[in-house]
Amino acid sequence: MIELAHLQILSAGLFAIGTYGVLARRSAVLILMSIELMLNAVNINLIGYAAFVDFDEATRSFGQVLVIFVITIAAAELALAIAIILRLYRNRSTVNVDEIDLMKW
Amino acid sequence: MMVEPSLVLFYVASAITLGGALGVVMTRNIVYASFALLAAMMGVAGVFLLVFAEFLALVQILIYGGAVVIVLLFALMLTRLEDFQNLTDHRQWPIAAVISIGLFALLVTAIVTTSVRTTEPQSIDFETLGEILFTQWAIPFEVASLVLLVALIGSIVLVRTDGDRD
Repeated sequence: MIELAHLQILSAGLFAIGTYGVLARRSAVLILMSIELMLNAVNINLIGYAAFVDFDEATRSFGQVLVIFVITIAAAELALAIAIILRLYRNRSTVNVDEIDLMKW
Repeated sequence: MMVEPSLVLFYVASAITLGGALGVVMTRNIVYASFALLAAMMGVAGVFLLVFAEFLALVQILIYGGAVVIVLLFALMLTRLEDFQNLTDHRQWPIAAVISIGLFALLVTAIVTTSVRTTEPQSIDFETLGEILFTQWAIPFEVASLVLLVALIGSIVLVRTDGDRD
C-alpha cells in the first residue's frame, strides 16, 4: 500500500537533489534543469495530498488544478530562461554563472 | 508476507526518478544530463499514475518529455558544447552537498513528525477535473494561458536579431 509519507519522502529527496544542482552547478542550463527537478518535487507533494488527504472532492481536485498551473508556469519560465541564456551566450559567449557578474557589487 | 505490486511499482518509479535526478546533478556530459532529466520526468509520470492522477501523468509526459527536454537540447545545440566540459561543478560543491543533505534531513523530520489524516488514494476522473478547471478555475486558467503567450512572445523578442543591423 502506497502511503502519503512515501510520496512526501520522494518529493523531499527530489527537492534536495534539485537544491544541490542549483548550488553546485556552474552552467546556467544545468541550473535550469535542477529548477525543473525542484518544481517536479513540489508537484509530487501536491498530487500526494490531493490523492490521500481526506478532503471533499472540490478541495481534492484543487490539488490537481494547482499542478496544472505549476506545469504551465514552469513551461513559460523555461522558454524565457532559455531565451535569456541564448542572449547571454551571444553577448558574453559564456553560460558560466560565475563569469556573469556584471551586476555584482 | 506478500509485497503489494503497487508498492513495488512505486519503488521502481521512485528509483527511476531519483536516479535520473542524480544523473542530472552528477554527470559531466550535459547531453547525458538532459536525457537523465527525461528519465526523471518519466519516473514522476509513473508516480502520478500510481496515485491515480492519470491526466497529470499524460500532461507530464507530453510537456516534459515532448517539450522541455527538446527545448533544452535546442539550447545546448545553439550554444557551444565544448564550453560545458569544465563547467560541471563549482569548487564549493561540498558546501552545496551539506546544505542539500541538511534540507533533506529537515524535510524528512518534518514529514515523519507531522501526522495527516489520510484515506485510501482516490482518483479524480477527467470529467470532474475538466469541469472544475473550466468553471471554478476558469479565470486563473485564462490568465495562465495569457502568461504563456506573453512568455513565448517575450522569448522571441529576446532572441531575435535584426537582419539589417546584425
